Amino acid sequence: MAATSSLNRFYLLLLVLAVGGGGLLFWQMRSRGPSIPANVVVTTADTAGFSGYYLGDSAATVVITEYADFECPACQTFDVVQFPDVRRQLIEGGKVRWRYRDFPLNIHPYSRVAAHSAACANDQGRYWEQHAVLYQGQGQWSRETDPTSTFRDYARQNGLDLSAYDACMKSAKYAGRIQASYDEGVRVGVGSTPTFLIAGRLYEGVQNSDALKKLVDSLAAAVAAAQ
Amino acid sequence: MNSRMGVALLSVAGVLISAYLWMFKHGYIGTLACGTGACETVQLSPYSSFLGVDVSLLGFLGYAVMLGVSLVGVQPAWLDRPGPSRALLLLAGGALLFAAYLTGIELFVLHAVCRWCVASAVIVTLIFVLAILDHRRFARR
Repeated sequence: MAATSSLNRFYLLLLVLAVGGGGLLFWQMRSRGPSIPANVVVTTADTAGFSGYYLGDSAATVVITEYADFECPACQTFDVVQFPDVRRQLIEGGKVRWRYRDFPLNIHPYSRVAAHSAACANDQGRYWEQHAVLYQGQGQWSRETDPTSTFRDYARQNGLDLSAYDACMKSAKYAGRIQASYDEGVRVGVGSTPTFLIAGRLYEGVQNSDALKKLVDSLAAAVAAAQ
Repeated sequence: MNSRMGVALLSVAGVLISAYLWMFKHGYIGTLACGTGACETVQLSPYSSFLGVDVSLLGFLGYAVMLGVSLVGVQPAWLDRPGPSRALLLLAGGALLFAAYLTGIELFVLHAVCRWCVASAVIVTLIFVLAILDHRRFARR
């Protein structure tokens, strides 16, 4: 009798654990919000002729690759506070070619959708405009249940053809490109965002525009001395 | 509560963790509750597969088998038979060696430690300890 009672308690405990854990897994699946699929198989077509979003002179001495996540607060700080100076002093000054790569962290549920929204804007030649508003509005859309309509509003503000934008978002056509960008980051050793790849070295965290200017100047001087 | 019941409960937890990691790797779960990003590094590395099979899937199957054996072992007809103990000791020993190999890869090759993988390694260790305790019941006789 006591053995049966003990066995029944055990079955009850087992059931609670299995149902509770299974329920948590199910809830995780359901609560991921609007999404662009992660970990998709990257095809050759996803990366053909595309190695990132560029700004600046292709003949610039220094190339800086930024691996960033639209939902990462530190990336927003860099983009809003430091990047305007970097753009004015280094990129428009012809010293640096800037290369932006998506590195959507899985802890941020909307970063892939945001990256895809920017990719769709790129189809219409408005990548950097969409990029800027996505970072500026991060504090608002990152708290929404479904930020896709906010991204669409940004697209409208940026003068995009909304029917083409909607078709692009619906097809998730750049999911593979975003994954390829993430995979590249993993390959070069990126573990957090933002991370900057400059002359073969990784610089983690928000970089000060003055520090970047000093670094770029020293790299440019080293290249000039070597020639 | 006897050792085999403990093994069964721990195996259920192991099954759930393995399922979670497998679902993450294949994109069914958007958020992995792992703040450091180390789980992403581990799960997306070439070491997340073993002989072409996902490590998480191997874990899932291993835990499922241990769950099955332990559930058989708690039935009154099997409670005092050594067969389930031997099987659990063998399975848990193999699982422990495999967990040690994977932890070594995390520490010395990837330099990234996923807390879910650590949780699984702890579960495997506890199952092994319980399997030894259960086996000793029969060794003493």
